Amino acid sequence: MKGMGIKMSFRALQEIIDISEKTGKKFWEVIMENDMNERAVSREDSFQKMYMLYEAMRNANDNYDKKLMSCSGLVGGDGEKVRIALEKGNLIGGPFVGETISKALKMGENNACMKRIVAAPTGGACGVLPAVLLTYEEQMNVDKDKMVEAMFVASGIGVVISVRAFLSGAAGGCQAEIGSASAMAAGALAYLQGADNEGIAHACAISFKNLMGLVCDPVAGLVEVPCVKRNAGGAVIAIAAADMAVAGVRSQIPPDEVIDAMREVGEQIPRTLRETGEGGIAATVTGDEIAKRVLKHTPIL
Amino acid sequence: MNVFEVMGPVMVGPSSSHTAGAVKIGYIARQLLRDDVANAEILLHGSFLATGVGHGTDRALVAGLLSMKPDDERIPDSFSYARDAGMEYSFGGVELRHAHPNSALLKLQGKNGNKLELVGSSIGGGAINIDKIDGLDANFAAIYPTLIIHNVDEPGHVADIATFLEKYSVNIATLKLSRDNRGGRAVMVIECDQEVPLELIEKLRQKKGILKVSYLSMED
Ligand code: SF4
Repeated sequence: MKGMGIKMSFRALQEIIDISEKTGKKFWEVIMENDMNERAVSREDSFQKMYMLYEAMRNANDNYDKKLMSCSGLVGGDGEKVRIALEKGNLIGGPFVGETISKALKMGENNACMKRIVAAPTGGACGVLPAVLLTYEEQMNVDKDKMVEAMFVASGIGVVISVRAFLSGAAGGCQAEIGSASAMAAGALAYLQGADNEGIAHACAISFKNLMGLVCDPVAGLVEVPCVKRNAGGAVIAIAAADMAVAGVRSQIPPDEVIDAMREVGEQIPRTLRETGEGGIAATVTGDEIAKRVLKHTPIL
Repeated sequence: MNVFEVMGPVMVGPSSSHTAGAVKIGYIARQLLRDDVANAEILLHGSFLATGVGHGTDRALVAGLLSMKPDDERIPDSFSYARDAGMEYSFGGVELRHAHPNSALLKLQGKNGNKLELVGSSIGGGAINIDKIDGLDANFAAIYPTLIIHNVDEPGHVADIATFLEKYSVNIATLKLSRDNRGGRAVMVIECDQEVPLELIEKLRQKKGILKVSYLSMED
């Protein structure tokens, strides 16, 4: 009875590619048109809404406060440290990678410090996409429309992941959060670097294969340790995956099957490693001590 | 999921489920109360109770009850805003049966005397579900204009209300019925494609056999 348009999420990256090939429309356009149908909105509305999200990412990045620490005292100031080191020329990865790491940390810290961010796809993984996209725009001199198109590419990949697998650490471990964000970013970067549909999908697959099995083990259950630093790792893997795909490297396992594998792995990850704060980094001696200290300071009852 | 459920929302961190979803539950509860909150008893269940404080779930719920939205930068300081607004609140734990791990039970009293008891859960990515209203199953996502009608469990109400809505050109998107076996009460949850005119809501409130009509508007 819903009169709001047809609800139909993409079930496969191949489905997006098939439509693109049949209609001659670009990967990002197929995704945008799906949104237009679903929400019964115009091209301008859909594009504008995505543009606003991109601008919100930029604002969040600009509003980073290097002096701010999270309530627990565990995170803050690291994005600034990397920026300074980059400025001094002390980083191995060069300007693109260095800036990406700095921005990823900053956004993760913003999130932990209760500042405004864009969940992409989640709060915990909110640093990956803006880190690569804002850095790309700054350093590669592309126009803003192209960046918004890349955002659609990333979102479309995310939709497929949400349908075939999951996007939350509680459901599938960190591979579903940072892993998904990285796969989305890899596809977006590949698109920006001129990859065709196949290249976009394979960038996504290669990135996922590098983060498969990553567990969700936040200390004291907070989205801080190891989450913030994983945003940097996820962003750098996205760059590596996109570079491989652009160079013509292909995943031997088709991208949709790789996403299925992520789901299967996620289903086998024990509960203690799915956002409960009871395993992995959270369950180390120090992790445990921190949890006791943090929770003592903020009693709810 | 839609593209914009994957990308976004713009929110205050750290957690889409434990922070943004919690703000939204509070916000929707405040809307349904139709009154400024004078007193809120906030009971947390499951993971909301276990890790809520570190995620700011407590501040997020209070912020929502003050009509703040998930991207409001005042959320971290909501406790002091509550003080300024004369809103009292208390926290506790609760074991809710068959509830999602991220759930809260809110018992609210408004400044004009309105009362509301609501169970809401944060189901991921900032999306929420309103599970119960005043002890009766409600089960809606709060993304459409929604009418929640409590009535005496007797024949005729559904047809009457559908006719009413049609007369005012409101298209029904979904309609759910459930009944409370003990009290002979039933609840109708109607998600609509358009806003429901206030005049119609008032008329429904005056109908015989209708116990309570709550309305969730999607307009700010
Ligand atoms: S460790 Fe868990 S909470 Fe942290 S970013 Fe990964 S999935 Fe999210």
